[in-house]
Amino acid sequence: MPWPFLIATAAKIIGFTFVIILPLIAYSTYAERRISAIIQDRVGPNRVGIPLTLFGGSKDLPFFGLLQPVADGLKGLFKEDLTPAHVRKVFYWMAPALTLVPSLVTLCVIPFGSELRIFGHPVKLVIADLGVGPLFIFAIASLSVYGIALGGWSSNSKYPYFGGVRSCAQMISYEIALGLSIIPVLMVFGMLNLSDIVSYQAEHGWLLAPFWGEGLTWQRWLLLLPLGISFLVFTTSVFAETNRMPFDLPECETELVGGYHTEYSSMKFALFFMGEYAAMIVGSALVVTVFFGGWSLGFGLDEALLRNAAGEWRSFAGLAHLGAFVAKIVAFVIFFMWVRWTLPRFRYDQLMKLGWVFFFELALFNIFLAAFIIAAPSLGWPRTVIGLGVLAALVFAAIAVTRSVEPPARHRPHPSSR
Amino acid sequence: MATVKKVQRPSLTLAEKLYLPAIFKGLLVTLGHALRSLRGKTRGRGALESSGLGITMQYPENKWDQRLPDYHRGVPALVTDELGRERCVACQLCEFICPPRAISMKPGALPPDDPWAKVEKAPVEFDIDMIRCIYCGLCEEVCPEQAIFLRPDYSVTGTSRAGMIHDKKMLYEIGGVRVGLVNKWNELK
Repeated sequence: MPWPFLIATAAKIIGFTFVIILPLIAYSTYAERRISAIIQDRVGPNRVGIPLTLFGGSKDLPFFGLLQPVADGLKGLFKEDLTPAHVRKVFYWMAPALTLVPSLVTLCVIPFGSELRIFGHPVKLVIADLGVGPLFIFAIASLSVYGIALGGWSSNSKYPYFGGVRSCAQMISYEIALGLSIIPVLMVFGMLNLSDIVSYQAEHGWLLAPFWGEGLTWQRWLLLLPLGISFLVFTTSVFAETNRMPFDLPECETELVGGYHTEYSSMKFALFFMGEYAAMIVGSALVVTVFFGGWSLGFGLDEALLRNAAGEWRSFAGLAHLGAFVAKIVAFVIFFMWVRWTLPRFRYDQLMKLGWVFFFELALFNIFLAAFIIAAPSLGWPRTVIGLGVLAALVFAAIAVTRSVEPPARHRPHPSSR
Repeated sequence: MATVKKVQRPSLTLAEKLYLPAIFKGLLVTLGHALRSLRGKTRGRGALESSGLGITMQYPENKWDQRLPDYHRGVPALVTDELGRERCVACQLCEFICPPRAISMKPGALPPDDPWAKVEKAPVEFDIDMIRCIYCGLCEEVCPEQAIFLRPDYSVTGTSRAGMIHDKKMLYEIGGVRVGLVNKWNELK
């Protein structure tokens, strides 16, 4: 048994999950409330701090309400854990865990930093350095729909049931776009290992910001177009995948009371909540890893500051990279919240249409576009131009077919006006 | 028959169909609100003396007391008149009308040598359970003697159930004095 490896892995699991991600989840609930408040001209939770008055002090320390997540967690744990009489008990108990666990499992392939030197040995800051990173994430992350669907069904109540069904349908319509949109990215990298993808970006410039590093050809600039489309489709699909506004149909409060977790209370409800935020953080981590250079500082700073003369990472490079990665995740999580409190919810048919009719085709054509740009040097100009022409013709044909299948809504006279 | 007005759906431009410009515009609007909040310059911040981070009044520091409208219904309380007499004549109408049965009273007779023996009755005990009270104001409305009023006070707190019951002494303390004629007290009547 390679004991050092096992100990290092256990330390990484505990460190990343319990020291970084779980507090991040807790504080993203706080951030969500504060951000929604400042966007809507409110204040948000600003009171929960250290209650010095309980211990004879003259004044409490509010700390901007930063201890609110602790209070929420304690409340969740101490509240009565009510199981309604009409639920299917086994699945009702399983569902919250099934929502949270997949999100946390996907963390194991996310590279949190380059490497840390411990007793002279370089330790990679990723729990499992899998060669199929993104595929693993897609496979496991889709499992969280089981938690939602089971929670909705086992609640044995109509609104949770609607929520569960909607979640399934939404997952199916966005999973394809999610998978297809990342293919151009993988064609650029030529590999699936997330740590290698980030190393590549550290050396050759971030995928969406190739302003430094080697290999800045016209091709790289031209590739920004398909990669930009990829980013758009991928990010939107991540929004849908994590059930966030504007795609929070499984739990829309205004239509379904609380959606799939209507019948849940106390810590089981909190687990659903944590699962949702964990999925959001993993989604952000994936977008950051693939499109924004993961842990790399970027702008050539990695080379200038964190490598020694021999080309190896300095001893503190791992920590600096970890900090950069967490900062990027936080920035993206804030973007998630900003979007949530800006956009209204999509109607259900609009969501389906966006997923199946628009993003699916867009991602498909995007693959060919990226392929032509990448293959142009070996194909030669005439064949590239012909290929792009065929692609354009196919796009217009697809648009025409979509239009003829679904004619634009016409005004239908009201029966009373006849 | 109602006239039907036909409304033409607006034809959208390409930018509107793409939906993205609208999203960016919306993001800018919310960003504007967020930045104004963060700088402590939320629009309408003066209305409730907020800190500028949002227009919400920060409650224990600032209070509603000065802004309560005249019709505000706060805690019910008993009042005395300008001569220090209890106005309540223990008719128990408020006790009977009280929807959540928060009021309980024990009527007693005035001794014959009392200067106001004409009224015959006065409450010996008068309790209002503020845990039950719903501030509906029916007691005030039903009182023939204008003896019970809803005061502007709204903050009733206690650390025990017993502490939340307002007894007669407390009720008179909150209520204070109300000046004004009640016919029944008039000797000439």
